[in-house]
Amino acid sequence: MSEKTHDLIIIGAGPGGYRAAFMAADLGLNVTLIDPELNPGGVCLYRGCIPTKALLHLAKIKTDAEHAGDLGIKFSAPQIDIEKVIDWKNKVVKQLTGGLGQLIKARKINYIRGRVKFVSSNTLELVSEKDNKEEITFEKAIIATGAKPATLPGIDIESEHLLNSEKALDLKEIPKKMLIIGAGYIGLEMATIYQALGSEVSVVELTKDFMPGMDTDLVAEYKKANKDFFKDVLLETRVEEIKEQGKQLEVSFKDKDDKSFKKKYDKVLVAVGQKPNSGNLGLENTNIEQDEKGFIKVNKKQQTNNENIFAIGDIAGQPLLAHKASYEGVVAVEAITGKKAALNDAKVIPAVVYTEPEIATCGLSEKEAKEKNIDYKIVKFPWVASGRAVAMNEKNGFTKLLIDKENERVLGAGIVGRNAGDMISELALAIEMAATAEDIARTIHPHPTLAETIMESAEMFYGHAAHVFTKK
Amino acid sequence: MKKEIKIPDIAENVEKGLIAGVLVSKGDKVSKDQPLVEIETDKATTDIPSDYDGVIDEIKVSEGDEVSVHQVIMIIEVKEGESEDTEGDKEKETEDDKPEDKPKEKKTDQKSVDEDKEETKKQTKSVSEQAESEDIPAAPSVRRLARELDIDLSKMDGSGPGGRITKEDVENYSGETGSETKQKTKLPDFSKWGPVSREDMNNIRKVTARSLSEAWQTVPHVTQFDEADITKLEEFRKKNQDKIEKAGGKLTVTSLVLKIVGLALQKFPQFNASVDMDNQQIIYKHYFNVGIAVDTEQGLLVPVVRDVNKKSLADLSAELSDLAKKARSKELSLDQMQGGNFTISNLGGIGGTGFTPIVYSPQVAILGVSRSKYQQVLVGDEFEKRMVIPLSLSYDHRIIDGADGARFLRWICDVIEDPYAILF
Repeated sequence: MSEKTHDLIIIGAGPGGYRAAFMAADLGLNVTLIDPELNPGGVCLYRGCIPTKALLHLAKIKTDAEHAGDLGIKFSAPQIDIEKVIDWKNKVVKQLTGGLGQLIKARKINYIRGRVKFVSSNTLELVSEKDNKEEITFEKAIIATGAKPATLPGIDIESEHLLNSEKALDLKEIPKKMLIIGAGYIGLEMATIYQALGSEVSVVELTKDFMPGMDTDLVAEYKKANKDFFKDVLLETRVEEIKEQGKQLEVSFKDKDDKSFKKKYDKVLVAVGQKPNSGNLGLENTNIEQDEKGFIKVNKKQQTNNENIFAIGDIAGQPLLAHKASYEGVVAVEAITGKKAALNDAKVIPAVVYTEPEIATCGLSEKEAKEKNIDYKIVKFPWVASGRAVAMNEKNGFTKLLIDKENERVLGAGIVGRNAGDMISELALAIEMAATAEDIARTIHPHPTLAETIMESAEMFYGHAAHVFTKK
Repeated sequence: MKKEIKIPDIAENVEKGLIAGVLVSKGDKVSKDQPLVEIETDKATTDIPSDYDGVIDEIKVSEGDEVSVHQVIMIIEVKEGESEDTEGDKEKETEDDKPEDKPKEKKTDQKSVDEDKEETKKQTKSVSEQAESEDIPAAPSVRRLARELDIDLSKMDGSGPGGRITKEDVENYSGETGSETKQKTKLPDFSKWGPVSREDMNNIRKVTARSLSEAWQTVPHVTQFDEADITKLEEFRKKNQDKIEKAGGKLTVTSLVLKIVGLALQKFPQFNASVDMDNQQIIYKHYFNVGIAVDTEQGLLVPVVRDVNKKSLADLSAELSDLAKKARSKELSLDQMQGGNFTISNLGGIGGTGFTPIVYSPQVAILGVSRSKYQQVLVGDEFEKRMVIPLSLSYDHRIIDGADGARFLRWICDVIEDPYAILF
């Protein structure tokens, strides 16, 4: 194998890497995909998006069952068999990654288990799973090695009770008291899972509010729905120290008034962000440039400074989202195959926080619209006015659109509520297509659905939504 | 050290050009200000000089390529330690880290004005960068099509709601620019009937074809015909020929008509205007620049005589001869072909009894001059031999009414026949 030069090597088989590999194979390229795992999938399928959604699904069932009593169906208190829960989660992962393995074979992609390091701009050192070392050469490469959970600066203890998002998904027991450090989307999704499983969850966040950067009305709606959810919410509070104390961890905090205090938890989950997996790649042996955080710099064709090497997904910078990685994988492969139109020109990268209720956004936030000096109007349709939401006993939630007053184009959207994540794509498409509010308002939406709230919010822009009365 | 050579700002509103010739090859040693490529833009051919002394490392364009302003066309290897400046200002070496700024200062004086503009003007973005900062109202498939056709969507207006650019907009635009000419109706196979040959349009032909079809489609044309008795004007012309020649020009019918048109434009301001349909406004210009159509080997060129109202007949005559000469020897700068408010097209030298010129949009009127000839004209009760010149005036009926068109042309004829008419 080492004698021949590989046409295209893709390093990392997450949603970016495997998408790129499939695309390249479909375009007739000879593809080699390298990843340490048995099957493609990466963090997303093995330790991220998919397993969390499996567990969040259980959380949803449990919460629904608990609330069903109000509607006339009483269940007895649910019993959680954690081993079975983990089994179910693992089954989901296995089914999906196994499916990808099948697709790799069907496409005749050369899948190698192992890790690689750049030796030069066209040579990799491959360490296979059996620790065999060999050098392989390539014409083109795509780096898709992703990111991993960042650690808390200044905290360097090793403890089985100190978790990151990956370890938190492999829990053998349900902690009684749990602290989540970081109120970003990973922290809040984990909180949703553990709270449903029966943990008493507290959260500590360095900034002023949950989900920094998101429009505050979206965050407020989430908080309104989760008033009694957390044991403690410690905002503008810093974690100073974590010490093992018997079977617990003692955490020292310092709040914004410089007041120090300590609390004990059975488990502490650090969810303070992600950092790129660029450290052990031998990038110094190439011309690839990185930014100060270690992300690889790329142009709009996903090409690095080393012109035959491309980078996609988390390793190529924010936002660290699987669907962004897949999109970039396609762009990179098109660029590699010489397609003139290959370009990363996505206008929106939708984002979904799978809490209960879900929060989904795409396009411009209000803050961004202000920064761009856009004369915009916000329209917001409350879900209490949606027949479907009420029939689902959804008391919270709204759909809002950010519309350019001048040309009536939809530039941004945010939805809080159940299944918001499944609704946001309509707005992503609207923004990509440069649809106007009228286009949405005049598209017949099926009744009764939650998606009607999108149509009605667009109608609000013109002051004639059916189910809200706008005083003129 | 490797330095990039970019297409500079050539003239206002000029974003693209065609590489007419590459004057150096890879490995060539070049010196500062030495021409590297010849670029044919909107009706002028200009040299792009080297900003540095060095050796050509890479040539990124070849003859016939379309290039945009600020596009990198060559890489020059500049020797380390050798200042790029031939004047040898050694201190500047320390500032090599700012490669973009330095070379600009060292261009010739003539260029420096343009360079200043570049600093203040937002840099033209290459196709690959534009998507980042600008919200282009077009679907992903349309944006992709535009990239395939090399069309910069940020320069296009969409026809859809909210300014959305449709696939049809892109296809039409592409047809207009000729970068990927789309035939509306398929051409038959002419070779079925006899031998044919094909020749690429040169840039002038492409621009002419595009701007004239645009004018034809947007401007509702009316052409007004009239005749002027130039017997006295001819006498005047002959009498003063020598005087003007001494001043360096040639007294022609065109220069006389030019002088008179300068006066007419002041009297009839709507002929010295443009239409702004987007804002539903008429733009009146308070300067009087007149273009003169010149027939050249490469095609039709229209150099512009500026401030016609402020120039004497001698000056105008001299300037006309100069511009015509420059047009024919390809020496016109782009600047000399822009900013016209009205155009005169004199085909009298060739012949013809009258024609309907097309308004050079966004101008709103054009005066056609045909061949003058002796006619029997009834003066009082007697036929007299008079020299008569046929004139035709095409105008944009959106802002000029028929009566105004007739009045304008009649006024010109009156002044030609009897200069005292100016007094009215």
